[in-house]
Amino acid sequence: MSKEEMLDMEARFERYVAAENKVEPKDWMPEKYRKTLIRQISQHAHSEVVGMLPEANWITRAPSLRRKVALLAKVQDEAGHGLYLYSAAETMGADRQDLIEDLLSGKAKYSSIFNYPTPTWADIGAIGWLVDGAAIANQVMLCRTSYGPYARAMVRICKEESFHQRQGYEIMMALAAGTPAQKKMAQDALNRWWWPSLMMFGPTDENSPNSALSMKWRIKRKSNDELRQEFIDKTVPQAEFIGLTVPDPDLKWNEERGHYDFGEIDWQEFYDVIAGNGKCNKQRLHARNVAHDNGRWVREAANAYAEKQAKRRKEESSAA
Amino acid sequence: MSNNKDNWKIWEIFIRSKNGISHKHVGSLHAPDAEIAIKNARDVYTRRSEGISIWVVPSDQITASKPDEKEQLFAPADDKVYRHPTFYHIPDEIGHM
Repeated sequence: MSKEEMLDMEARFERYVAAENKVEPKDWMPEKYRKTLIRQISQHAHSEVVGMLPEANWITRAPSLRRKVALLAKVQDEAGHGLYLYSAAETMGADRQDLIEDLLSGKAKYSSIFNYPTPTWADIGAIGWLVDGAAIANQVMLCRTSYGPYARAMVRICKEESFHQRQGYEIMMALAAGTPAQKKMAQDALNRWWWPSLMMFGPTDENSPNSALSMKWRIKRKSNDELRQEFIDKTVPQAEFIGLTVPDPDLKWNEERGHYDFGEIDWQEFYDVIAGNGKCNKQRLHARNVAHDNGRWVREAANAYAEKQAKRRKEESSAA
Repeated sequence: MSNNKDNWKIWEIFIRSKNGISHKHVGSLHAPDAEIAIKNARDVYTRRSEGISIWVVPSDQITASKPDEKEQLFAPADDKVYRHPTFYHIPDEIGHM
């Protein structure tokens, strides 16, 4: 293809997605669109997988059987979400093994939020309420993303995430209505998770150079700042309802804008955690590697079983 | 049949949500054989009673029409409005037909 033809194809592609048409795996797409999406979808998948770690940590210590089955089901969902997403990335020609190896070696990124520790039970409530809440805001937008398989995975994920957020909020609600010590625990968790949750939406629009292209290609449908504002507007009344205080002295309803104004985010912290200096970066990566190694025998057993069955079928058909 | 780097095939998964409705494509997964593909599909795609029957098909066994043949294959149907019931004018007095 000549350079002119390529530019013509790209222009046609842009008009196609701008008209709200979906792109399917075998359609022509700009190489950069493919690369951007493989990176984004695989990072998203890795986040689901690593996201299991801080929560799995609490399964054996959940305060009741009701909480325990809910947490187990949630963690199992996250594994499922990871699988839907790896599948979506594979439709673009990526190999899952390569993606997983990039995660295990530390080369690939995942959401920085999972590099924060979960020292108390209230953290499990805060993760469901805030972290899943922020993820949902992003994922609801991605249900309308231009790449068909990614959008379809998001629809499934959004349906399931809603339970995650509700179970988290219920945990916070129970603690906030509990003893003074329990309420303090809930407030402490909100204090620690609030700002990192706001950072989940990524840098401000003026510091997010890749966003413009993603918006043009309809991969993203809303900007980081728009999504962040939506999340804040939705979440502040939820905190007030259960008598918890959002840890931002500058937080104030702005009648004119119809939104909450909020304080400055500590972007240095955001970039530090991305650079690998969060409290749990090493621990998470180590735990993920150990889990992968510990699962090796299961994968090998599945292979051995499949081989044995294939051999048996062959013997039976030749005997018949 | 070609395998992936983890030596497992990719399987396309189809689920029937209830009798009376056809199987519908829901996504794909990795498995070493068909039997384990069904077990995995049950865990990955039917955690909330989404199905009562599963089909698994190796991805590389599916032959698909090519996107660039789209026009050639499907455009001829576009100008055949007489294949649709609304093409024919029936008096209102006749009612639903």
